[in-house]
Amino acid sequence: MQYMLLIYGAESEWARMSDAERGKAFAEYGTFTQDITKSGHMKHGAPLQPVSTATTVRVKDGKTVTTHGPFAETREQLGGYYLIEAKDLDEATMIAAKIPGARHGCIEVRPVMKIEGM
Amino acid sequence: MADNDASRATRFVERIFRDDGGRVLATLIRVLRDFDLAEEVAQEAFAAATEQWPRDGVPQNPSAWLVGVARKKAIDRIRRRALHGQKIAEIDVEASYAIDDERGVEDDRLRLVFTCCHPALPIEAQVALTLRTLCGLTTEEIAHAFLVPAATMAQRLVRAKTKIRDAGIPYRVPDADVLGERLDAVLAVVYLVFTEGYAASSGDALVRRDLSAEAIRLARLVVELMPEHVEARALLALLLLHDSRRDARVDASGDVVLLEDQDRSKWDRAAIDEGLGLVERALRETRGRPGPYALQAAIAGVHAQAARAEDTDWPQIAALYRVLARVAPSPIVELNRAVAVAMVDGPEAALAIVDALTSLADYHLFHAARADLLRRAARPAEALAAYRRARDLAPNDAERRYLDRRIGELA
Repeated sequence: MQYMLLIYGAESEWARMSDAERGKAFAEYGTFTQDITKSGHMKHGAPLQPVSTATTVRVKDGKTVTTHGPFAETREQLGGYYLIEAKDLDEATMIAAKIPGARHGCIEVRPVMKIEGM
Repeated sequence: MADNDASRATRFVERIFRDDGGRVLATLIRVLRDFDLAEEVAQEAFAAATEQWPRDGVPQNPSAWLVGVARKKAIDRIRRRALHGQKIAEIDVEASYAIDDERGVEDDRLRLVFTCCHPALPIEAQVALTLRTLCGLTTEEIAHAFLVPAATMAQRLVRAKTKIRDAGIPYRVPDADVLGERLDAVLAVVYLVFTEGYAASSGDALVRRDLSAEAIRLARLVVELMPEHVEARALLALLLLHDSRRDARVDASGDVVLLEDQDRSKWDRAAIDEGLGLVERALRETRGRPGPYALQAAIAGVHAQAARAEDTDWPQIAALYRVLARVAPSPIVELNRAVAVAMVDGPEAALAIVDALTSLADYHLFHAARADLLRRAARPAEALAAYRRARDLAPNDAERRYLDRRIGELA
């Protein structure tokens, strides 16, 4: 099965970090990414631009309504993701727990829906 | 076949259904990876047994026969649903080693325990699914026991099964590095089923007592499946020791009888002996580092050993609560510790502990315990106020009646 690991954390904390701290955090992510690539779990992954760059689109009565900002204001924001291949939820959870961001924020584990021909 | 052979075979089907229904279902769930399909074909297989065994004789390995028949019926259904060959091949391969050895069947039930009590499911769903699949209760029975409409319970079960399928919640015993915490989750479900039956906070007392019995059965199952796990045995001990008091803790009119006022001749000696044996072994095996269930069982064991309320070894109980407060700190544990301290060092010493537990301000038993301490400390006006507060917060009639009596004595 494929699982999307969504990394939630407080963006403000990234902004507060010194260059050295940020460098260390990136290095941790680098190591984690290498690990899950080597183990064959990695499909894709990327950090996201801050939520201030987000746009929300919804179609209401046939009209497209575009609003700035993320879907909901919360203390933690979606900051990045990994798409992985794992044999079941327990394996996906085990991998999610190793993401550095799991220690400061949280990781949402979402199974990817499988649709024939997609 | 002679008539009495036939009726013996019919009785045998009934016995197999009662004793091995859970095992057959567990294996089918693993093989088919579909709870509903497994339940449907298991029922059909038992129906086929009821028809065929009295006529043709009982097969050599009844469970294997049942799984085999159910599997064929499942494949038929899947074919009818026009799914692809791949799914059927998957079933065939799995089934070849699914049912042969006894150990494999035990493993299936253990896997199912961990699936039903998976932390990715809401706790109410874990409880419902466990009662449905491992205890074989009907949806209506579970709904009745938890005082929700049957439709609500059915929907809860459907959602849980859907999540198991769509999120890929596995049928397997967790890896060693998370086994401890996952087993804790299983024990929490068993304990919740028990307290739901034991509290009798509302509803049909008889049905809820059945829940306590189911919890004990589940605890036995977990102990049987994971004999090396001390806390599982300690939980079984705790449940047995609490349940041993079931006939003494409520009077004829359904009112709560406090531990100190209970007729101890009504305690179930067999349950106490078994519980004490288990808790002593658990304490020995944890070598001075007992877990929370072992400590609670030890406390229940000290009570069980006192022939009269005044014989209770309160210093021992206070000491056990002190350890429990360190191992599993919680305000409820502190409240219980305070009650034990009152028996050893007097009510004022206990009030010092209780008055610090501000987080329990909305909990009726906090005010009831505090009221008792104030009454014994000869502070009747404060005691009366605390009893009244407890009465306002009490969740059921039996407890309100008890508190009204106390208020009447003081007012």
